[in-house]
Amino acid sequence: MSEPATKTMNMIEAINSALDVMLGKDPEVVIMGEDVGYFGGVFRATAGLQKKHGKTRVFDTPISECGIIGVGVGMAAYGLRPVPEIQFADYIYPGLDQLVSEAARIRYRSANDFICPMTVRSPFGGGIFGGQTHSQSPESLFTHVCGIKTVIPATPYDAKGLLIAAIEDNDPVVFFEPKRIYNGPFSGYYDRPVEPWSKHEGSAVPEGYYRIDLGKAAVVREGEAVTVLTYGTMVHVVKAVVAEQGIDAEIIDLRTLLPLDIETIEASVKKTGRCMVVHEATRTSGFGAELAAQVQERCFYHLEAPVERVTGFDTPYPHSLEWAYFPGPVRLARAFDKIMKD
Amino acid sequence: MVQGIKDNLAPLHLHVPEPKFRPGDQADFSDIVVPEVDAISRPDEHTNPADIHALAYGLVRVLGDDNQAAGSWNPGLDADTLRLMLRKMLLLRAFDDRMFRAQRQGKTSFYMKSFGEEATSVATTMALHSDDMCFPSYRQQGILITRDYPLVDMMNQIYSNSGDRLKGRQLPIMYSAKDYGFFSISGNLTTQYPQAVGWAMASASRADTRISAVWCGDGSTAEGDFHSALTFAAVYNAPVIFQVVNNQWAISSFSGFAGSERTTFAARAIGYGIAGLRVDGNDALAVFAAMQWAANRARTNGGPTLIEYFTYRGEGHSTSDDPGAYRAAEEYALWPLGDPVTRLKDHLIAIGAWTNEQHDALILELSDHVKVIQKEAEQNGILGHGLHHPFETMFEDVFEEMPWHLKEQCEQMLEEQRDKFGPEWEAR
Repeated sequence: MSEPATKTMNMIEAINSALDVMLGKDPEVVIMGEDVGYFGGVFRATAGLQKKHGKTRVFDTPISECGIIGVGVGMAAYGLRPVPEIQFADYIYPGLDQLVSEAARIRYRSANDFICPMTVRSPFGGGIFGGQTHSQSPESLFTHVCGIKTVIPATPYDAKGLLIAAIEDNDPVVFFEPKRIYNGPFSGYYDRPVEPWSKHEGSAVPEGYYRIDLGKAAVVREGEAVTVLTYGTMVHVVKAVVAEQGIDAEIIDLRTLLPLDIETIEASVKKTGRCMVVHEATRTSGFGAELAAQVQERCFYHLEAPVERVTGFDTPYPHSLEWAYFPGPVRLARAFDKIMKD
Repeated sequence: MVQGIKDNLAPLHLHVPEPKFRPGDQADFSDIVVPEVDAISRPDEHTNPADIHALAYGLVRVLGDDNQAAGSWNPGLDADTLRLMLRKMLLLRAFDDRMFRAQRQGKTSFYMKSFGEEATSVATTMALHSDDMCFPSYRQQGILITRDYPLVDMMNQIYSNSGDRLKGRQLPIMYSAKDYGFFSISGNLTTQYPQAVGWAMASASRADTRISAVWCGDGSTAEGDFHSALTFAAVYNAPVIFQVVNNQWAISSFSGFAGSERTTFAARAIGYGIAGLRVDGNDALAVFAAMQWAANRARTNGGPTLIEYFTYRGEGHSTSDDPGAYRAAEEYALWPLGDPVTRLKDHLIAIGAWTNEQHDALILELSDHVKVIQKEAEQNGILGHGLHHPFETMFEDVFEEMPWHLKEQCEQMLEEQRDKFGPEWEAR
């Protein structure tokens, strides 16, 4: 049997491929959102899909996130499998009630009478000079809500496999796409040339159907000195800093924040005895707080230093001072110095 | 000192609406215009919405002061159908009375009656096909009763007992019945509006023949979801029927807090370019006729309609409020559109298809029927008396498959129960 055909894809192409595969495989899948139809999306994630699959499968919507998510809930109640796009994660708030009070609760409140197999895709995160309304990382709002799964890929290969699994999941999934790495794995050294995905092994993407199960983390670098728990853009930043600093870190890309792969985390921290959590989102009540709590509950007697958090600051995402806000190489290096000292 | 005042300009005023009557006032509804039957005749279902704006400000009526049905909106229902409609409305009223009393007796936490608004859930449902999808708000139990959903299942839900199909998870009256075309009720208001549009869009995209109908109250038209829903429905010409049950009151806030001092709720349709009808909500035949018009329109790709039922909430918002604390006492008795059950009864008597004796006998029969069912439901327990679903069901259905963290929490909860109830509980 021959290997399935793979192609070098950036993250946008991989997401587009996942959507294309699922539109072809499952007639109940529909895609809707602002500018996703004829134009193919502001980031081109749905380019060509309307032409190929038709206007009733892939279509533009009014500028109303409440409407997009609410209509998606109704379509799911009918029996469809909607995959709405929210153009930027920063725009998701008008749809929050429909996600939190409706999509997330329908299975529970109706005791399985109605379900909501909907995947909400949305670009998130900063590093693109998007200012405070095009840069946010609101993932912890969703991990805090019971009934929603939250997924964040860090490579084209993972993006496609996870998105297919999310669409096939019978519960609502929020799928945040780190837009800084749509076109290349950002190292955090913003003044250096950007690497293309083609030089990264995660860009070899099978053209057909495959899935990566939700709830499974990936150990992207094995190490003995310290465990780093991270996801999205920060996976690549951490990798670059670890290489630069020569630290024998074990880097875990969580991939799914909820349900969390606690076994992989626990095994790693017990092995290394140190744990750093890294995310771009604001610090207070961020997902890093949950990770730190889980680690101290399960691995306290293995820890040789306090769990270290490296995050964005508790301010809105600034435009001109973006790189002072971003948890980049300097902040990471200082945190590594601190956690390795003890 | 207020900043920015200029001496040469008149001061601005903030208008905070106030209802005409408060407790102690003499209610007087003589300013409410009640047009003649057929004041605006029934247009063809495919009329351009722009040509029927007057219907959004008028009041569709079929039953006249002489208790006869007349005019172009008269749906021409036969006597058997009219008697069935009356029976369903009376059953709803009997059910409401019994369950309200059960709450007062401490058998459950909460109840909401639909007294005075029965036509807006019963007559509407009779005008739909049985497989059309209803997205109710919290006061449309008449849909389930009209579609012959088992009363015992409604009561089990109200008691949150071991027979509750929703496993005791929802506040009483927040039913869900997919097999009966009844969407799961949310406590968050008007969220069902865009959902009904999505369902209708899905139906249309599948070349299905079913349509959806959605209800909300006057107060909750102020929610953003209402406007998102009307926009989407207009954009995609969705086969959906929007209904606003304007019962004048949102708990203690009168309809002025949703904008009724300036225009009608039906007139919200005009800005979206969809059909709008304002209907006498206490005239069951007018309600039926309006729904039938809108359903015909939706089913033949004519698009959405917004119907306002002008009615009155005859009792409190729920068991949790006392309307005597915020509105004049005798408003319902003075309401110029009367009582929907009385008006339908009087019509049936006027056409020689019903008698007062039959009516009284039917009320007794239905009341006894509801009591019998209530006893049956109470075999499954009442709220707070132990006969609930097993503890571990608390953790089921959050997701299709229970993740590890919920399994852990479930085990913790079971250990708490062991601590609390001891070994006997373990052997249950």
